[in-house]
Amino acid sequence: MKYLDEYRDPKLAAQLSRQIHKITTRPWVIMEICGGQTHAIVKFGIDTLLPEKVQLVHGPGCPVCVTPLEIIDRALAIAVRPEVIFCSFGDMLRVPGSHTDLLSIKAQGGDVRMVYSPLDALKIAKDNPRREVVFFAVGFETTAPANAMAVFQAKELGLRNFTLLVSHVLVPPAMEAILSSKSNRVQGFLAAGHVCAVMGYNEYPSIAAKYKVPIVVTGFEPLDILQGIAMCVEQLESGRYEVENQYARAVKKQGNTHAQDLIAKVFCVTARKWRGIGEIPQSGFSLRSEYKDYDAEVKFNLGDIITQESPECISGIILQGVKKPHECPAFGTKCTPEHPLGATMVSSEGACAAYYRYKRVISPL
Amino acid sequence: MDSISCPFPFQQYPHVLLAHGGGGKLMQQLIEKMFTVAFGPKPATGLHDSTVLNLPTSKIAFTTDSFVVRPLFFPGGDIGTLAVNGTVNDLAMSGARPLYLSLGFILEEGLEMESLWRIVRSIKTTADAAGVKIVTGDTKVVDRGKGDGIYINTSGIGVIEHGLSIVPSSVKAGDVILINGDVGRHGIAVMASREGLDFETTIESDCAPLNDIVSLLIKAGIDVHCMRDLTRGGLASALNEIVQDVSRTIQVSEAAVPVREEVASACAIMGFDPLYVANEGRFIAFVPEDQSSRALEIMRRHPAGQGACRIGEVLADSRPVVTLTSYIGASRILDMISGQQLPRIC
Repeated sequence: MKYLDEYRDPKLAAQLSRQIHKITTRPWVIMEICGGQTHAIVKFGIDTLLPEKVQLVHGPGCPVCVTPLEIIDRALAIAVRPEVIFCSFGDMLRVPGSHTDLLSIKAQGGDVRMVYSPLDALKIAKDNPRREVVFFAVGFETTAPANAMAVFQAKELGLRNFTLLVSHVLVPPAMEAILSSKSNRVQGFLAAGHVCAVMGYNEYPSIAAKYKVPIVVTGFEPLDILQGIAMCVEQLESGRYEVENQYARAVKKQGNTHAQDLIAKVFCVTARKWRGIGEIPQSGFSLRSEYKDYDAEVKFNLGDIITQESPECISGIILQGVKKPHECPAFGTKCTPEHPLGATMVSSEGACAAYYRYKRVISPL
Repeated sequence: MDSISCPFPFQQYPHVLLAHGGGGKLMQQLIEKMFTVAFGPKPATGLHDSTVLNLPTSKIAFTTDSFVVRPLFFPGGDIGTLAVNGTVNDLAMSGARPLYLSLGFILEEGLEMESLWRIVRSIKTTADAAGVKIVTGDTKVVDRGKGDGIYINTSGIGVIEHGLSIVPSSVKAGDVILINGDVGRHGIAVMASREGLDFETTIESDCAPLNDIVSLLIKAGIDVHCMRDLTRGGLASALNEIVQDVSRTIQVSEAAVPVREEVASACAIMGFDPLYVANEGRFIAFVPEDQSSRALEIMRRHPAGQGACRIGEVLADSRPVVTLTSYIGASRILDMISGQQLPRIC
């Protein structure tokens, strides 16, 4: 398939693998930010083509995984209400809250609907004027423009029955949180290509300089990732720490300025709690005061929510690249995709789910 | 079949009523003016509580399947074609020659009679194409809101006319795995049509009967060890089901599994893996290596097997896992899916 097959070519992959072997002289730890990259790495077996000295650790770029438990519990509390049609991306439906998940709420009679776009949820609101339609607006900078558009249009249309439950997070502050942590092992980053397609990469040079880490904006196909790793290793070996763009076919330095304008119109930057990691200042979006009528947390006054995280789940340190999924004692035993203890075992971008699905049996062979 | 004008009084009863399943005159009218029009006149001896069949062999295959799908009509088929082909294919996977089907309808009050007639017609056309007869049936009607328009159950009887034992335990190390064509079209066609996703090209379901292509293999003397149709859960799930009973490692190549470009694109957008997407006219066959080229030639000559190819083999290793050689040549497990595939966020 055009734009896919050429990035999966086994001969070119082998060539890049040889190049990485050739240039690597010392051990390096590189983090891929995005869960989509994590899944591509284990799905295509990219890690098996790398020299032992190059270790990939998996970053926090899985929106489902870092959405805090409080917000998931709030979503569940809203979704059980009879007047509510609760709309969500498919990925969020199986994520465990303190006691249940959205699919179980649906099975018990809640009107929970999977949508492909927040604009689909907006249409449901238009079509159901007597119901309250809530869209679960999770994700990174990638999903923010469409979510902003939905709220923007709702206000233009004067819709009063549409709200967002917002849990938007931002990549650069999370990178800084990881780099400034005492347990940090990360020496170089593969930045999330699609986040950069929206936001550009003007925010990265200061991070690269401050922490002396190379940052390579990287795509999602096997050759993208191998090339990103090669570029990152080359910088590490030569002592450089610059921002480079491997994913130039999709990412411009300035990003998508129309999308950025729309985001700025609707959202403002705020502190956000990350599941498993904790609160990070200036690390997320919330709705601007002009749009507070479209904030589900304002409309549905839910009071305090007492959350209960599984004491055995170590997803926080996995998301920071300190441990790998199979190093968790609960991995594949107490924690499986059927009975997940944490969100990283659920999402199609979660590192634990990726290891469970693609690496579970092969490693002991 | 299309030329038959249905004598059912559609203007008088444009929608299914509860009484159409109530055992009275309306039900009788539905049977006589619609179902027997399609499936043949009632026997001279009169309608009875069960049908009596003569079978040419004493060894038979017997299977049942229920069909629930939204929407009822999708590009490349409808719930009627699925209900016939699904059961025909389950029989064919034992190497049986399908002969008879039962047909159970659960109709939802309010279903358009024209839709029912359209489904009945496609059941008839599909059954004719597969060479099976609908010999018994049942109709129930449930309250509006208690069903998705129509649910269908079919059971089927086929006769075994060969001496092969086509079961997972017959699979041997060294067997080659063949597939009869590209994967993922049915699941994506139904999903795109259900969710109103418009792609540049319409993706059509691969729904098709497989009994004919299977009988060609058997008649040609191919020593087929096992077959499996690739319905729910797709190729990956079928391989994982078989590997549990085989106690051998199955190895497949990702690049060898045919996926049409439009399906690959749709999957890339949605975050689906085509190896887990449902098919309704695809199967895998485990055959001895030395017969695999001939088996492929036979399959490719049949309309349902034009895209047939070799996708993998059974290894001597006794660990019951399916391994996949990825596009870039690395190896990993191909696991059974947990739950259902859900579209990703970004």
